[in-house]
Amino acid sequence: MLLEVKNLKVRVEDKEILKGIDLTVKSGQVHAIMGPNGSGKSTFARALSGHPGYEITDGQVLYNGRDLLDMDPDERAREGVFMAFQYPVEIPGVNNAYFLKAALNAKRKHQGLDELDAMDFMKVVKEKLKVLHIDDSMLQRSVNEGFSGGEKKRNEIFHMAVLEPVLALLDETDSGLDIDALRVVSEGVNAMRSPERSFVVVTHYQRLLNYIVPDFVHVLSEGRIVRSGGKELALELEEKGYVGQAVGARK
Amino acid sequence: METLVQAPTWVKERRQLAAQRFAAVGYPTTRMEDWRFTNVAPIADTKFAAAHGSFAQAPALISSVGVAGSLRLAIVNGQFAAGLSDLSTLPKGIRIAGLRDGARDGTDGLEDHLAKVFNIDAHPFAALNTANLDDGVAIFVAAGASVETPIHIVTVTGGDGKAVAAHPRVLVVAGAGSQVRIAQTFIGVPGDFYFNNAVAEVVVGEGANVDYYLDQRESERAFHVANIQAHVAAKGVFSSHAFSIGARIQRHDIGIALKGEGGDCTMNGVYLADGDRLMDTHTALDHAMPHCTSHELYKGILAGKARAVFNGRIIVRIDAQKTDAKQTNRALLLSDDATINSNPQLEIFADDVKCTHGAAVGQLDEEAMFYLQARGLTRIAARDMLLHAFAGEVLEGVKIPALRDQLEKAFFTALARDVELAK
Repeated sequence: MLLEVKNLKVRVEDKEILKGIDLTVKSGQVHAIMGPNGSGKSTFARALSGHPGYEITDGQVLYNGRDLLDMDPDERAREGVFMAFQYPVEIPGVNNAYFLKAALNAKRKHQGLDELDAMDFMKVVKEKLKVLHIDDSMLQRSVNEGFSGGEKKRNEIFHMAVLEPVLALLDETDSGLDIDALRVVSEGVNAMRSPERSFVVVTHYQRLLNYIVPDFVHVLSEGRIVRSGGKELALELEEKGYVGQAVGARK
Repeated sequence: METLVQAPTWVKERRQLAAQRFAAVGYPTTRMEDWRFTNVAPIADTKFAAAHGSFAQAPALISSVGVAGSLRLAIVNGQFAAGLSDLSTLPKGIRIAGLRDGARDGTDGLEDHLAKVFNIDAHPFAALNTANLDDGVAIFVAAGASVETPIHIVTVTGGDGKAVAAHPRVLVVAGAGSQVRIAQTFIGVPGDFYFNNAVAEVVVGEGANVDYYLDQRESERAFHVANIQAHVAAKGVFSSHAFSIGARIQRHDIGIALKGEGGDCTMNGVYLADGDRLMDTHTALDHAMPHCTSHELYKGILAGKARAVFNGRIIVRIDAQKTDAKQTNRALLLSDDATINSNPQLEIFADDVKCTHGAAVGQLDEEAMFYLQARGLTRIAARDMLLHAFAGEVLEGVKIPALRDQLEKAFFTALARDVELAK
């Protein structure tokens, strides 16, 4: 089992947002977490990534059998957890390629692999850029600084492609994307699907799931998973909306 | 002192005038506006021995900061050390003189400029330096000469365990239309206790372009006072970049007077202080004539119980119409105990000018920290990356690549040296 979330409760600034989440993700699976605004779906992704603003009040998360919540955010990342941010942070003065190389080498070092020099790194990167239709110039810009919404999301997926995570958390990666960008980003994700890699895709809209077809769909409402099903559940939600998916509707 | 006897009358007179001035005002106190936050009692209360001659580690220190491809001028305990300098590739259009020998030999231009750029009344430590005027270096750049080779003045101070005071002195006279890049590194034996009281005077001729890099890597127990004053003639360009990571107490006074139309100056700096260091920077920009521009950017990183003072004075005189002046001072406080006193001081007497100033004091951006960590960087690596980016805006302006590389390395070493910084 890659990821086991048991009764996870999370508080943000004295407000309990997640009220007991249970979720099991096996290797190679794609799980979609859907739900209306404020249901707690982004909180779920951020809590798993280790954001310090999200206080775990109860529950357990096992990642490859290890206590994920006991790891610092950077350790989670080096162990193969990746989060594509809903709002990627602009970092003036930090070169995108320089940062990504440092991140990749931190991970490689952790895995006992040799660090890549600039030349080898560029070889890795060039391939990924092509798949995602990203211009080389994005490498030499400061991380996310002055990027359009679409460029930011594409840069996230580009980072993911280079870092090759075991578990990828995509936090509303579709928000702010036009249809062409959505297609490119989805193709980037789909190209990475493999039996050794799992995805948790957080999204408000079913649209993304036309491109990234999930194995399972979970509906989050008021901090709890109220329904789970296959990919057809997303279509049902598209038709009927989130109304009526409140706690108790599961029956 | 033998040197007193040898010096020509004009040197003796200027020295005497300064000595009288210093005797009258003495060491500054915190009752004086310009010294409100900087208590120099630790300097005034210490009996420093006058530094003479070299010391054991001087040659090693000098080579440790060598900048490949530069013309090296060594100043050891305030005295020009020809033997430790490297003048083998003296570029065309440059004249170098040790101040003592130059004064004795009547070197052209020395009497005209030495101790003339300064107003000793406004700067007690510069008066003290001038009162002790004995040696140092003078650099003359011929009109029209474009000097590609950077000039690196390495200023080392130490007394083999004895607390010494040195008063190094530099004069730069750049002729009309000339171009030159000069760096001055200050360094001592780590852990040594001494007082370095430096002065540099820079005369930027009409249309000349002078870069001055001030690289302060003194011993962490040293007192470092440096005063740089530049006069910029019409269409002249002067840039100063100060890089400060050393000393227990640093006081920089950097003054630029734009004395002709169409002049341009840059005054940038980055400082990093931890422990209980004090980094004080006072800048003064004198816009005396019309159509001049100035850009000023200072960035500070403070940890532990470090303190910083930034005072940025800009005077726009009544004739200085169409002045365009911009001043920015930013500081990052990495601990609750670190403090900064930031004070922009604009005095504008002309009515058709553009002057902006901004000061910002903050902490590391935690969202950016999390973003970097979430990609796998340790907290320290993430912090170093952000701090380096913060300082980078100033470091990028160092146009001597070998020196910039050295400063980058020194910056990261300094980041790692303190428990407060390293956590």
